[in-house]
Amino acid sequence: MVNSDSRTDSGPGFRTLSGIPVDGVYGDGPLPGEFPYTRGVHAEMYRSRLWTMRMFAGFGTAGDTNARFHDLLRAGGTGVSTAFDMPTLMGRDSDHSWALGEVGRAGVAVDTVEDMVDLFAGIDLGSISTSMTINGPAPILLAMYVAMAEEGGVERSLLSGTLQNDILKEYQAQKEYVFPPRPSVRLVTDVIRFTTAEMPRWNPVSISGYHIREAGSTAAHELAFTLANGFAYVEAAMAAGLDVDDFAPRLSFFFNSHNDFFEEVGKFRAARRIWANWMRDRYGATDERSLKLRFHTQTAGVSLTAQQPEVNIARVALQALAGVMGGTQSLHTDSHDEALALPSEGAARIALRTQQVIAHETGVANVADPLGGSHYVEWMTDEMERRATDVFTHLDDLGGGSILEGVYAGIESGWFAGEIADAAYRYEREINAGDRIVVGVNAFTEGNDAERARLLRIGQETEDLQLKRLATVKQARDDRAVADSLRRVVADAGNPTTNLMPALMEAVTVRTTVGEIVEALEGVFGTYVEQAVI
Amino acid sequence: MAPVADRNIAELVAAARGGELRATARLLTFVERGGDLAEQVAEATHRHVGNAHVVGLTGPPGSGKSTLTAAWTILLAENGRRPAVLAVDPSSPLTGGAILGDRVRMAGATAAGVFIRSVATRGHAGGLALAVPGMVRVLDMAGFDPVIVETVGVGQVEVDVTAATDTAVVVVTPGMGDAVQANKAGLLEVADLFAVNKFDRPDAADVRRDLELMLDLSKLTGHGRSDAVARPTIVSTVATTGRGVSELADAVDTHLEALLAAGLLEARREGRRRAEVRSHLEHLVLAASAAVVEAAFGHVVDGAENPDEPPGVTARRLAERLFTDPDS
Amino acid sequence: MADETPVRVVLAKLGLDGHDRGLKVVARMLRDGGMEVVYLGLRQTTASIIDAVEQEDADVVGISMLNAGHLTLGPLMVDALADAGLDVPVVIGGIVPDEDRPILAAAGVAGVLGPGSPAADVVACVQAAVAGRGH
Repeated sequence: MVNSDSRTDSGPGFRTLSGIPVDGVYGDGPLPGEFPYTRGVHAEMYRSRLWTMRMFAGFGTAGDTNARFHDLLRAGGTGVSTAFDMPTLMGRDSDHSWALGEVGRAGVAVDTVEDMVDLFAGIDLGSISTSMTINGPAPILLAMYVAMAEEGGVERSLLSGTLQNDILKEYQAQKEYVFPPRPSVRLVTDVIRFTTAEMPRWNPVSISGYHIREAGSTAAHELAFTLANGFAYVEAAMAAGLDVDDFAPRLSFFFNSHNDFFEEVGKFRAARRIWANWMRDRYGATDERSLKLRFHTQTAGVSLTAQQPEVNIARVALQALAGVMGGTQSLHTDSHDEALALPSEGAARIALRTQQVIAHETGVANVADPLGGSHYVEWMTDEMERRATDVFTHLDDLGGGSILEGVYAGIESGWFAGEIADAAYRYEREINAGDRIVVGVNAFTEGNDAERARLLRIGQETEDLQLKRLATVKQARDDRAVADSLRRVVADAGNPTTNLMPALMEAVTVRTTVGEIVEALEGVFGTYVEQAVI
Repeated sequence: MAPVADRNIAELVAAARGGELRATARLLTFVERGGDLAEQVAEATHRHVGNAHVVGLTGPPGSGKSTLTAAWTILLAENGRRPAVLAVDPSSPLTGGAILGDRVRMAGATAAGVFIRSVATRGHAGGLALAVPGMVRVLDMAGFDPVIVETVGVGQVEVDVTAATDTAVVVVTPGMGDAVQANKAGLLEVADLFAVNKFDRPDAADVRRDLELMLDLSKLTGHGRSDAVARPTIVSTVATTGRGVSELADAVDTHLEALLAAGLLEARREGRRRAEVRSHLEHLVLAASAAVVEAAFGHVVDGAENPDEPPGVTARRLAERLFTDPDS
Repeated sequence: MADETPVRVVLAKLGLDGHDRGLKVVARMLRDGGMEVVYLGLRQTTASIIDAVEQEDADVVGISMLNAGHLTLGPLMVDALADAGLDVPVVIGGIVPDEDRPILAAAGVAGVLGPGSPAADVVACVQAAVAGRGH
């Protein structure tokens, strides 16, 4: 087995396929690893360490997903990433009436710590990094992860991984929120304070443009909204009393990689430059690590077509290549059957193999920022920055000199959602009118009727199994301890300066469920209803 | 219970008066479509109306009107009232279609049992002014009280619809120059009371002061509502938290009581009836004049259309025909 | 005024998933196709959809799901409308594998629209569903 992120494959130095030796970087400064990091956050980039091939998986019961994690790790994956099912994302237990028909369907169901135990069984949490895609109830799931690890003998300080925990983009794009924006941002800062103090290897927030783009935004708005959300969290954490250099080094980002190759590369390069300048100049960061924007990339799920699904393998490869050329730190490649159903095992393997081809066969990882200096790429980078700056100016005005307040105002007025919906509709109209060609959809449609491969289906039996499991856990736990823990959660939630994480740790340890904690918090924080912009 | 499609108007009216929502909904559909069925519904309902307090509520886009209406109607429903809302949104002038989004913002009210009907303006000139009063009467007949007509306060038609109620509420918010905009749009001249929504915003006191100032000025210049019973009340609200909502509810009720006490309610309703008769007449005249012009240009041989004549003269000549010959 | 009355469509997300890009695009397509769209948005239940259909006197219901729950929720919606005595067709939008389409049709779902359906197909599908009711 080749461990993908150590460069054992470089053999006789870094040479082309024909044996020509190549340098680690070309061109003048600022070079990769130098402020403002437009060309990359490390001098060596992928010469010293490849990106992490992190494949997102989650379906059915915790046991089903655990088996997929083991498959992916055996196949050379170097981290795991968890997709939760819709009820979990919305903070509801599997036995809630809203959960009917959705348990384990589009991700894994987690109700209590017991599910977490099954989910990570047999995985060495001290060495494998874990990503959890969860936002509204993120602090509860982090508490469950920590409780599970410590019950299994791994100290919290040794855990490495990422909690998505980016609630702002939920109001703007993905709509998986529970509480209103302000108490939700308080929860984000509670997690930042907790991990900064106790989990030095953990990324408390993954500031995500991915979903903004999937909801239909342009590349420039994906960039701008995401970085604005990043600035908003920085302002919130500083307002909560943290020093910017204490937490900023562990902020991470998550971008989409779509079809327009050079636009994507320009977007990634501009993101690093903007972040470095703003963190230094506006927020006074001095630690170099605070200035370096590190990001995960996922190929654009929305670009996948149900027509001729094998063609998606080519799309994914090119999008992944853009992510690598843009200097990503980790990468998920979509499975080609995702426009039809959940990714099947075979399709997930091809997606991982695509990354391995890029890493080990193409030679693109031998040189840092190989596109730097191209007239077009440099212009695109500048253009992306200029367009993003216009958005920051607008939000700054809206917030009276605070990006955080500007983001709140943009959420309340539906500005973000409106911009995204407009762009999405424009794109659909271009395809409808034939002004934009999508292979297999509005052109080159021969072969669309070919027989389909086998799809992964999740049936009702998963829901039944999960309901039995939840009932068993509820039966075995100490109800008084659960009630006590919920009282403490409510009390601590009512005090905005108290960090909620210790109360959440106590609650999950006695097997209080995600849904019980969320409902207790809703009693204090309220529930968010959006002002829909259509 | 037979499907609504199989019942005649008298049966639907009886069912609506008995509380059957889908009968009410179908009658609203008939009125909204206009034509013969609308007239039949009007015939069948007009003896049963006059019991509902009809409230107009308007304000600029983004002022939180729907959220405020939701909070207010939930409160009314909790107090045993049966509020209904006509939520009016513009149709696309190009396609005639519309996206009606008020139910999203009023989700809580639906759950509390408030009857909500989304209405598209459907483009045709004056159509809104014709359809809305008829729809209000259907809801009145069906026992709803109050009946609230919510519009986006942007155009003259919306302003007229708001004015054609017992009580007109204008919603403004801080920070957007709303008070000034409301003044420009003519909303100040129809308002019986103001709700300054989003009053938790830092500059909320300013908008209140702006309003007071403009009311002072309008008193000086005589630009207020001519049939006003008192200087408009200003209520401060935060629709999202419910703050000030019971004050709004009280102010609306108080306004009705004041109208009754001053003997102005009947005058207002008569004025409304007069305006509605006029809308109907204008609609008929418009249709008839279109027919006359069509006939004149379609029959060049009879000499009605003379290209050498100025258009104004032709129009005056055709007008004579319109008003003397009811069949043209 | 009694000429062409626009088709009235109730559009909603049934269930928990928050992916409303498709629903919003469809709302605009139907508006541009001359229909009146009563937009309910996210996290609706069969009960809240039925309330809206009843009060709005809607001609057709469109529900969107990207949660792989269509085989459960689609028939649930159809049955709930029938139980309420409302003769209103249901169109489903979302990722629905081909082999599920006959199952949904047998359960009474009037139409299925996949991701990326062109505007003309979306409007035609809704029109066909309404026509099938004998509107």
